[in-house]
Amino acid sequence: MTPQKAVIGLEIHIQVNTVRSKMFCTCSQDYRGAPPNTNVCPVCLGLPGSLPVPNREVIRKAIMLALALGSKVLDKVVFVRKHYFYPDLPKGYQISQHRGPGMAPIAVGGSLEIEGDSGPKRIRMRRIGVEEDPARITYPSGDPTRSSYSLIDYNRSGVPLIEVVTEPDLSSPKEARVFMEKLLELVDHLGISNPDLEGAFRVDVNISIEGGERVEVKNIGSLKDIEKAISYEVVRQRAVLAAGGKIQRETRHWDPVKGVTIVSRYKELEEEYRYFPDPDLPPIAITSSIVEEIASKMPELPWHRAERYVKIYGLTRYVSRVLVSRKRLSEFFEEVVKIYGDPRRVADLLINDFLGIVNERGGNLDMVKASPQSIAKLLSLMDQGVISVKIMKMILERVVLGGEDPEEIVVRENLKVIASDEELEELAEKVIKENPKAVEDAKKNPKAINYLVGQVMKLTRGRADPQKIAAIIRRKLSIGS
Amino acid sequence: MSLVNKQLRYVVEAVRDNREALSEYIYRLYERIERYEEKLKGFITLRPADTVIREALEANRLGKPLAGIPIAVKDNISTEGIRTTCASAILENYIPPYDATVVKRLREAGAVIIGKTNMDEFAMGSTTETSYFGPSRNPWDPSRVPGGSSGGSGVVVSAYMAPAALGSDTGGSVRNPAAYTGIFGYKPTYGGLSRYGLIAYASSLDQIGLMTRDSVDAALLLEYIAGEDPRDPTSLDLRVGGLFKEISSLGEGRDLPKARLVIVKEMWSGVEDHVFKTTMNAVDKLSSEGFEVEEVSVPEVSYALPAYYVIAFAEASSNLSRYGIPLYGLSKDPENTSWIDYYSEIRSKGFGKEVKRRIMLGSFILSAGYYEQYYIKALKVRRLLRDRLLPLLRRGYIASPTMPIQPPRLGEAIEDPLRLYAMDIETVIPNLIGSPAISLVAGFANSLPVGLQLIGPPLGDRDLLLIARTIEIIIGLSNLSPQMG
Repeated sequence: MTPQKAVIGLEIHIQVNTVRSKMFCTCSQDYRGAPPNTNVCPVCLGLPGSLPVPNREVIRKAIMLALALGSKVLDKVVFVRKHYFYPDLPKGYQISQHRGPGMAPIAVGGSLEIEGDSGPKRIRMRRIGVEEDPARITYPSGDPTRSSYSLIDYNRSGVPLIEVVTEPDLSSPKEARVFMEKLLELVDHLGISNPDLEGAFRVDVNISIEGGERVEVKNIGSLKDIEKAISYEVVRQRAVLAAGGKIQRETRHWDPVKGVTIVSRYKELEEEYRYFPDPDLPPIAITSSIVEEIASKMPELPWHRAERYVKIYGLTRYVSRVLVSRKRLSEFFEEVVKIYGDPRRVADLLINDFLGIVNERGGNLDMVKASPQSIAKLLSLMDQGVISVKIMKMILERVVLGGEDPEEIVVRENLKVIASDEELEELAEKVIKENPKAVEDAKKNPKAINYLVGQVMKLTRGRADPQKIAAIIRRKLSIGS
Repeated sequence: MSLVNKQLRYVVEAVRDNREALSEYIYRLYERIERYEEKLKGFITLRPADTVIREALEANRLGKPLAGIPIAVKDNISTEGIRTTCASAILENYIPPYDATVVKRLREAGAVIIGKTNMDEFAMGSTTETSYFGPSRNPWDPSRVPGGSSGGSGVVVSAYMAPAALGSDTGGSVRNPAAYTGIFGYKPTYGGLSRYGLIAYASSLDQIGLMTRDSVDAALLLEYIAGEDPRDPTSLDLRVGGLFKEISSLGEGRDLPKARLVIVKEMWSGVEDHVFKTTMNAVDKLSSEGFEVEEVSVPEVSYALPAYYVIAFAEASSNLSRYGIPLYGLSKDPENTSWIDYYSEIRSKGFGKEVKRRIMLGSFILSAGYYEQYYIKALKVRRLLRDRLLPLLRRGYIASPTMPIQPPRLGEAIEDPLRLYAMDIETVIPNLIGSPAISLVAGFANSLPVGLQLIGPPLGDRDLLLIARTIEIIIGLSNLSPQMG
């Protein structure tokens, strides 16, 4: 018997961390690093009498995302109040958007095409809206049931979020991940969000096995966890069904440490949100001229950019897709190409060596201090035979993360390739003299020559081509290759 | 001769270049307060006289236009550093870290806060009896209520404990106590005064208003506090520049402006006999002085009260969701309590009976399934009323009694919520349609003042105040002194 199909829909909350202020006040949106409860004001603390003022820039960004997804932008923005009692919500309600009588999100419909498990697949959008982030609650033991107190930091309270709700069109954990990657690429390229910042997005997943009830898994914070949580939940639900059980309609939480989903304790958070239009916020009219103006300023979409790399630069699809995985990377790539030329060689260096360094440290491109000029220079230094590949790899990290000038490093530390054969001959002679045993070995076994080559390389501190050294030693010892 | 009985504008003029007169004036106010406050309970928080005098002299020395005049502020308007309770146990010790925009503007213009006035808890009531701090009493007859919810503001202006006060008006809370205490009450067009810092009851109806000894004082203060506020997206520009000068000169030789009064029959039915007669006499007098009077029927008016209460309760239940948060106000050690139990305990302890009633009804109204049946329907009634009444307001001013009955004795109305709510039948209409409205003294019945309400078109505040002044001059009953023991 084939297992029943999984039906998966996502509710994605993306922080708009590219604007200056929070959603409804003038506090900085950038709450990271500030001491707890310092990035606050009467509005985001929900003090009695305070009033929200909408951040129009966020609304514009949400409209831009809607246009990129082919969604229908509605003619007015209506904010609603979503009520529940919890101390992360200082007003007792969250200002959000919803569909219903007298309510309207930013946009409805649209879709995003992904590479599905069996070929290209359109994932339909249900709605796109904006809302405010609640405050952050920390439990000293990491778990509310085992903590005697909780700490609340309102610095995050009111940070702008864009909410994207999909139709249940995804069929596997992998598809969910591929979809998320593509969506995050998109918001990055549109200048809506830097998805690499801690807490930049959170996802609620709705999962059911064909014919069963729907389970919501709330608050998943990373791509890996989305995939894992869905895998876990699909297996769990199938097991329950296989044992003749029934799936309850319920809300669960993903525990990333234990790798399991747990039934939510907070029953009170469910269902009755008493949505109604926020009377403090008059509806904002979105005219077609506003929409056209936003459309005219739309940056190049990542998939168009990748297409261009294939057509114009002759890169492979895979390489192009990696380069557009982040806007900053693709921009960096294009800058280096502008200076240096040879897109394939630039792409090769960036994808293999450059990204290797960044990904080892979590993948956030914000850590990159290198200028495109310095990377172009590095490539040129290799082309001109000034440095070896080995030296390039040795100093790349300092160029990428430290922002150092490769030329200066090479001069300061005398890393130039030893160009003159005489010098190499001399060093080879010296090594041969000092290692009679190794010389004997090399004569018996041609592979053992590598030890002598290594010794010469050591003396040059990596500044020579090992092939060339091997050739010199072979000649001197009169052995064939 | 004491300045205490004078209107605010004359006091400002008298003390502008006379700092001794200013301290003397404030001292006299405190004398009045000492004498009558215990009985009338106009204030929840009274600031010490020396603090007020010091701030007043400083404002005066700096040459600010209001010269250090003391103003009373309803206790639901945020005042930085001064306790703001909303007459509720849940905010008994809440001290806001910021000023409401209107308070900020008043202070910048050189006014000084003398104290925070008593009110119905969270402005929910029409008699000032739901205050956690106990009821206020009517200076004209202390066995009766002063009206509400801005009852304390009515009391302190009427009894010469402050020359003017800020109130708030969601369904009549400025005009009702103005009528019952015999002063001038003005609720601007919705949005005409910034709501930033006004602790919300029902956001789409709430409006800060002025309670003064006459319309000219209201115009003077209005000029300093009006104007769009970037902190309140619902705020509007009333364009009242130069109004004070214009209104002050009315009656000086030139002909008084005349207007048409629209009598909506339904607003005069169910009105107590002597209230009806006193108000109608005033209308007749205006008619004989050249005002046109037109009678119309608007049957939809009978739906105004239920629509008002549905909307107000719904919004209140939402606005009051914030209380119980352990950030400010009533709280306790949350250790070993689930958050839901914590909230339940604080809110059960902190809210009074009428507030709980309105939160419960409002939560019901907004819950899934009932939202459309009640809330959406009430919004439709609201739109219908607007569609019917705005054309009338293009022709003239809707005139009615401010209150359908005379002030009840303490305890009379509060026991019967339906009777209490019915008191608002006239005053909720301007809030529902966003119109400005005033209440002024039309005459007396049973030795108590009776209020005449006048409603103008939205943004027609300037002309409404000019007509109000004209009526004051014709009727001649402004700046009244209650006979007090």
